[in-house]
Formats: sequence, structure tokens, C-alpha cells
Amino acid sequence: MKKFLSFLYIALILAFIYIPIIILVVYSFNKGKTIGIWEGFSLKWYEKLTDIKNVLFNTITLAVVSSLIATVLGTLGAIGIFYNKKKTGKFIKGLSQIPIVNSEVVTACALVLLFIIFRLPHRHIVWLYIGHIILTTPFVVLSVMPKLKQMDGSLYEAALDLGATPTQALFKVVLPEIMPGVFSGFMLAITLSLDDYIVTATLSPLDFDTVSTAVYKAIALTTETASQRVPTYRALTTIIFLLTVAIVVIINVKPNKRRKANENR
Amino acid sequence: MKDVNAVEKKNAASRRRFGFSRQSLCIPYGVFLLFFVLFPLLLVAYYAFTSADGTFTFANFADFFADKTKVSTLLISIIVCILVTALCLVIAYPVAYILAKMKKSVAFIFLMLFITPMWINFVLRAMAMKELLSLIGIPLGNFANIIGLVYDFLPFMVLPLYSTLIKMDKSLAEAAADLGAGKVKVFTSITLPLSMPGVISGAMMVFLPVMSCYVITDTFSGATGFSVVGKLISWCFLGENGTLSNINGGATIALVLLVIMFLTMWLTGGFKDEDGARGTNL
Amino acid sequence: MENKKDKIIELIDLTREFEDGLVAVDGINLYVRKGEFVTFLGPSGCGKTTTLRMIAGFDKPTSGKILLNGKDISDLPPNKRPINTVFQRYALFPHLNVYDNIAFGLKLKKVNTPCQDKNGNGFEKKVKLSKSEIAAKVDKALKMVDLEGFEKRSVSTLSGGQQQRVAIARALVNEPEILLLDEPLGALDLKMRKDMQLELKEMHKKLGITFIYVTHDQEEALTMSDTIVVMKDGVIQQIGTPTDIYNEPKNSFVADFIGESNIFSGTYLGNKKVKFIDKTFDCVDDFEPNEKVDVVVRPEDVEIVDADNGTAKGKIINSIFKGIHYEMTMKVGKTEVVIQDTVEKKVGETVGIVVKPDNIHIMKKEFSSNIYDGYITKKNTVCFGDGEFECDITQLYPGSSVDEEGYLITADGEKIDLTDTDVKVEVGLKDIEISDDQDKGGAVGNIVSILYKGDHYQLIVRTDENEEDFVFDTEDTWNVNDRVGVIIPKDKIKLTLAVENEKDERR
Repeated sequence: MKKFLSFLYIALILAFIYIPIIILVVYSFNKGKTIGIWEGFSLKWYEKLTDIKNVLFNTITLAVVSSLIATVLGTLGAIGIFYNKKKTGKFIKGLSQIPIVNSEVVTACALVLLFIIFRLPHRHIVWLYIGHIILTTPFVVLSVMPKLKQMDGSLYEAALDLGATPTQALFKVVLPEIMPGVFSGFMLAITLSLDDYIVTATLSPLDFDTVSTAVYKAIALTTETASQRVPTYRALTTIIFLLTVAIVVIINVKPNKRRKANENR
Repeated sequence: MKDVNAVEKKNAASRRRFGFSRQSLCIPYGVFLLFFVLFPLLLVAYYAFTSADGTFTFANFADFFADKTKVSTLLISIIVCILVTALCLVIAYPVAYILAKMKKSVAFIFLMLFITPMWINFVLRAMAMKELLSLIGIPLGNFANIIGLVYDFLPFMVLPLYSTLIKMDKSLAEAAADLGAGKVKVFTSITLPLSMPGVISGAMMVFLPVMSCYVITDTFSGATGFSVVGKLISWCFLGENGTLSNINGGATIALVLLVIMFLTMWLTGGFKDEDGARGTNL
Repeated sequence: MENKKDKIIELIDLTREFEDGLVAVDGINLYVRKGEFVTFLGPSGCGKTTTLRMIAGFDKPTSGKILLNGKDISDLPPNKRPINTVFQRYALFPHLNVYDNIAFGLKLKKVNTPCQDKNGNGFEKKVKLSKSEIAAKVDKALKMVDLEGFEKRSVSTLSGGQQQRVAIARALVNEPEILLLDEPLGALDLKMRKDMQLELKEMHKKLGITFIYVTHDQEEALTMSDTIVVMKDGVIQQIGTPTDIYNEPKNSFVADFIGESNIFSGTYLGNKKVKFIDKTFDCVDDFEPNEKVDVVVRPEDVEIVDADNGTAKGKIINSIFKGIHYEMTMKVGKTEVVIQDTVEKKVGETVGIVVKPDNIHIMKKEFSSNIYDGYITKKNTVCFGDGEFECDITQLYPGSSVDEEGYLITADGEKIDLTDTDVKVEVGLKDIEISDDQDKGGAVGNIVSILYKGDHYQLIVRTDENEEDFVFDTEDTWNVNDRVGVIIPKDKIKLTLAVENEKDERR
């Protein structure tokens, strides 16, 4: 009975989370525009995705490029902070917390002030990238740090002892050791960048739209042209959802197999 | 003379390193943070205390606190933040608790089910919820606003709670039971207090972003619903059509928000993301 | 023996002071001969690992030199030293398999190879080892540690003992001149440890390279080493062969640390006779007549005889079976004597004991009294040893007294202000008490050492600020690191006026 209630509760909450998405997925194949009125199966909204290919391209380039920079910056930063036992390390670690804690609005507007004071145009693609790097790098640091802490401290020394130069030791031993952290930091950076609305809206050039800002225009501002696109965004949601599910399944099936193989040995 | 030599030797010893040092790797990031994070925040303070022509003034604050709509938006934001955080906590705690008691392999699948939607763009998720609400006939407004916020932030609460509960030493609860504590007593005196770090970091994941998350309120409030402080700041900086309007006023509200953030942080004893909040450890 | 060519490594005045002011290694001097098996032995925190790390190059000496074959290598980074290390927890690279772990150093190595240019002139070029050369060397190394066929295994699937072997192979494959081993067997279980000890010893014999070994396990050190270096507080206590160290410990610390021992306070009577546990024994050492000494007797050197035939007699109060012998405690007067014998005597039985003269090791008492430099305060108390104590200042001038204003009136009626007068303070070993209540007493410190001396303990309490030591005897049981207040009765503080330019000596 207790177990049943537990399952019921979990099922209820999952329903709350998934029903809106599933409705969206179903109606993305609807010929008509309105949810609730089924007018027949169609892939026309998927074909219309080509209309927003610019937006998709912007979003993905922004996410990948800014995350790559953030990963390099954050990984080096984490290694530096970890081996810097003195005050500088603590100071940088503290600074690194600010963008995590701070609300995105304040981060974005503070950047605007920076550009104002140097008399630079406040909406520019470069600022947009910088904004995203600020937002994501601390999370890269956060995911690399535990791997550094877990690493046996004498590994680096062992590499030196066996004849490696400090640079070789860093690339041949330290980096491979923390690679899982670096990778998950990169993935985290990508998701954060894809998800961002506020920084993009504040810093991007006016004609530059990402998925977040484009959808916002459609559902919040509900301008005529933007609202036209809503069914197309249903198709987009469906694709993202299915892609996410696929990635989650692939990532999690592999290690499970390996784990089982280990148990069997 | 001998002493001078010794001191020199000591300095030399601490100076002579093997060329390249690992510590110096944090320099680029440090400079980046100083210039793009710390310095801009100081600018926020500077603009908050100056008028448009650059003279020192408290007028911005006076203006802010004299403006009824602004102050009420701030107060409503705080109340909404607390409400949404509490709702997420009340909904997510049992979920995390049930998952933590499950067999690990099963729990993992459910956990994935809870996390997967986090990877869908949050504006798209808001759109999904908006369409559902219009389908079942819930009008836009305050109620829809709360549902929208809870819907978007709930997954962020589940993860930190689950990871603290799963890390908890099971024998502690068993020990309490062994010493005669009933099930309720075990929960209130052992499980709940020990899961506080997870509660706090989950609450932070929800409380802080909700303050500034005006996308959701813009979507769900319609003509009658409330808005959040973030909207006010953004309004000052973006105006109607993306041009700067009142940066000094905006900086003032940003500073107020900043102070509230740090007060919250200080009261809850800091922010730790080492519990894998936001999926860091996945 | 002192042939310079023989010395492969020499440490000269080697000192390492950490940023927080802790002196881990305090000016040690030492040389190691080619092919020797040297062990640094001592309790944790004695500086043995820091010394090893300086030889490896992971730590830089604050001052002093490290000579390798006569050349100073103090500034050479670890990757440039012909020295390899076996780490405490192996430090195998988890992302590489067994083969790649062992080949790690070989792949980085460049060897001088004779070459010829177009014109046929010979020159030397640094060339990396070829794949087949590396494979051959790795094969050989694996064979040496009995791990053939493990090449492709991931290191995380190996047992502790196997990981240990990989770590040794990884170091030895580079053909170092010196192999450093930092408590390499610490993580293994007892049985495995014994096997590995023998195997390492065997390997050392076969390879002929110098081994420098660090351990806190005295038994391990005694079994394996050619030479043992006993360290404590960053200072070398004794260097010698295992037999020397065991049979002729230089001081009571070494005696206590190496093997089990009875340490008694005694008096040298002269004429090769020493008195301890209230009885007179024959001995072989020579000291000043009536000198206070420490006497060390190994439990296995105490022989049990009939009650009336012994030099001393007493009652057995405790007996434990230890596998090959019984360890019995006997009470002679107030003093406890530990005896090891294969024949058990029942608890309560009265027996006699004798000790052969050459089994009685006599050493100079390290502490006979505490001596400090101090000064008199305005309140006529005395400051020394990081504390302030009440004292009787009249002892500085015979026949003097103190007036109401606090001035000292000498026997001649002269009035002296003693404030800030430098004095020498002497406190006997029996005149110090300690208390859990840190506010009691004049100084506060931590117990840093406890030595059992048969019927009492000798404790050292060290203060934080200037690391002043208070050495004293007590019959109470305390624990190392207890934080205590130091109490010295007013009449037990002996003051003399400091003579200028006299050096600070405490022992």
C-alpha cells in the first residue's frame, strides 16, 4: 500500500512535468494551428523549421563557441586555483562564485555599464559571447574542481619523477585524469548557454535572435508575426525532447553495461 | 653577515621553482573575472549613487522607495520567491525521499525522468505550460504565474535533495530506530536535519533565479498578473525597444537586488554547488 | 670506508622550513654509499619523508646541499634527476594500463645515440627509444616483478600487491641510480608485507642499485636495511647497522622506538657498577662516578631465576602470551620491569632476575633539569618558557628582603629595583606539575612526548609561541597532544643572576 502510494505520487509529479510536453509533441503533427482542435496529421510545421534556421544556427554557434572558450578558461582556472593554496587562489575562487549566485539580470546590466563607461556600443555580438562565457565558466570550474580533489596528489609528482617536464605531466597525466570533469563542465556550459534568455536579450544585437529570445517574442510579447511561429516551435520542442531522451539513453546504457561486466568478473 | 646570507638563501629557495608553475594557470581566468565580473559590479554601485550627470546622490534610492509600483513589485517578488521555493520544496522533498529509498538502479531511471526536461529550453517549456493552461481553460494571471514558475524550477529542487539524501548514512536512521524512535521521530530528528544542506542548496537554486526570471511572469501574467524585480531592472536598461533609458535608476534597483541576494546567501550560510546541483555530477 | 668515490649521495646541512615556520628537516648531514640499502626510520612527522622528497626533487631545501656523485643537484627538477620513486599509495596512472604505466618514463626518455652526417662525421644525437626497445624493457621489468601477461590490464583491476609490483617495475625500468621508496608497503596486509620485504631485499641484491627506504615500522627497517637512520623532529638521532641500533641505542628515544625496552633512571656508581631499581648491577660502560644516567634493558635480556638467586626480586603482576614468548610484567619495589621469556611464570609468583653486564645499556641522561633564560617583571614574578611564574626573588641576593613597594633590600640595606633583570632559571625534573585546567599555572603547552621509565613517565610539554620545553617526571598517565597548564611551585624555581654573554643552554 505504502509502495503504491509512493509510486502514485511520483507518477503524479511526472505527469505534471510531462503532460504539457507530450501535448506539444502530439500537436506538433497537427495540420491546424490551435491546440485542442485536431485537423489531421501533417509534417508541415517541421518543414517550416527552415524558416527559423537562422535562429537555430545563432543559438548553436553561440552555445558551442562560448562553451569551448569557457571550458578552456575554466579548466585552466580550476587547475590554477587548486594548486594555488595561497590567498590568490581563494580570491579567484570567491570571484568565480559571483556569477553563479548573482542574478543574470544584474550580471548582464553590470556588463552594459562596463561598455557604457568605455563608450562602446552596448549591443554587440562580442559582448554576447563574453556574457555567455561569464555565465558558464564558473560551472566548468565547479565540475572540474572535484576531479582535481579526487586525483591522487602524487600522480603529478610521479610523472615528473619518471622524466616528464611540468607541461608534459599536465597534459599526459593531470588532464586525462580530470577529463570526465572537463567534459561534463563543457556539457553543462552548453546547456546553460542554450537555456539563457536574459543575458542574450540584454547584450545581443537587435536583429540577433536565439531560440530563447525568438520564442519569448512569440509567447510573451505575442506580436502578430511572432505568434505565427508558435506551431513551428512545437516542432522544435519535439525534436529537442526526442534528442535529449536519445542522448540520455545512450549515455546511461553504456556505463551500465560496463558496470555489469565489472560485477560479473 | 651570516644572517643576511641565510635570509637571502631562503628567499632564493622559495623563488626558485621549476620554470613553469601550475599556479599561474589561473591568471587568465582571474584577470577575466576581475575585468568582467568584479569591476562591472563596482560600476553598478557607482551608477546607483550618481545622477545622470555624474554627481554623487542618494536621489536614485529616494526615487525608488518613493515609487509605489516599484516597491510593491520588490515586495511581491520576495513573497513570490518564498512561495515558489516552498511549493517546490514541498513537492520535491517527497519525490527525493521516495527515490532515495528505492533500489538504486530503479531510482536512477526515475531521476533521469525528472532531469531530462531540464535540457529543453526553459522558454519552450514555459510555452508548453502556457498552451496546456489555455487548453484546460486556466486564465493568465497570478495563479498561472505561480504554476509557470513552479513548473520551470521544480527539477532544480529534486536533484540537490536527492543527492544529499542518498549520501546520508543509512545506519543513522537505523540507529535512531534501534534507540526507540518511531518512524515520524526518525524523520524529524534524523533525516530532515541531516538533509538541510540539500534543502538549502535546492532552495538557492530556486529562490535566487526566480527574483530575476521575468520571462515566465511576462508569459503567464497576462494583463493582471504580477511581475518580478528583474523586469524593473531590465526595463530601465532596455526600455520599450531595446534602447537604454534610465541606467542610474536601473543600477539602483540592481544594487538593491544584489544586497538582497547576498543577505540571503549570508543567512543560509553560503552557496555550495558541490552536491551536484544543476547536474554538475551527471 | 670514508672513500669519497663510494658516496653516491650526500646531504650537507640539509634544512627544510615550511611556510608556516615548521622546520621539518633541521640541518642533517648524511651520506649514502653506492649500492647500499638505507632506511630512514622515525615516527610520523620526524622529517623522513621530507628528506626523501628533497632527494627526489619534489621539495626544495631551504638551505644546504644535496650532492649526487659529488655534484650539487639541489636546483635540478625531479625530471632531470637519475632517481626514481615508489610512492606511498603507488600513484599509478589510472587512465593507463599496466604496460603504458611502466612505459611512461621510457617513452619520454631520449638517449644519446652516435650518428653520422652526410660527410661521414660522427656526432651524437638525442633519440627517443624505439617501440621495440621499449617493449623489450617493459617485458623484462614485468618479468622481474612476476607480472608477465598483465600488460593490457587496467591498473584499477589489480590487487594491492600487484599494484605495488607495477609501481616498482615502473620505477626500476628507467634504470635509476637510486630508487626511493616512501613507505611502499604501508597499504598492504601483514602477510603480503612480509613477502614483499623479502622480495625487495632480493631485488636490491640482484640489481645492485642504491635503495633509500622510508618507514615508521622498526621491524621492517631492521629486516631489510644495511644502514638505518633514526630520525626525530627533523634531526638524526643515530646512524648505524640494524645490529648497532638495536644493541647500542644512543639515547632513550632510539631505545624506546626500536624494539621494546625497559628504561630506568639510575646512578653510575663508578667501577663499572650501576644502580637502578634500587639494586646494583655490573655493567660494561664507563661514566663519571655518581652521574645520573638512563639505563636501557631489553625485555628479552632479563633472565628469570629463583627468587633468592637474582640481583633483584619481585612479584609477577601480569602475563600475556605473544605467540612465541610470554610477556610478563614484574614489580620490583615501585618499578615495573617487562620480561620476555618462553617459560611462563604465574601471576603472583615471586621471582628473581639477573641481567648480563653487556645487556645493560647505559646512556647519558638527556635531561637533568630545565634551564631557561628569564627576566624579573614589575610584579616581582619571573617570565620564562613563554609563561609567567611567581618566584622568590630574595634568593638572588643572600639575606635580602622585599619592602612594601616591591624593592629588594639587600643584606647591606641597599635598595634595588629588579624589574627587567635577566636571570637564569632552573627547575628540577620533579618540580613541575601539569593540570588539565590551562588557566592554572604560568604557561600553557601541549604534551609532545611521553617516555615510560619503569616507575614513572618522563613528559615533555612544549609551548606554542617559542616552542619552549618543560621536561619533568610524573606518575600520572597523560596522553600525547593533551593541552595542559604548567604549574611550578614558588619555592622550586631556582634563580641566579644571568652572567652576560652566557649562551642559552637547556640540557
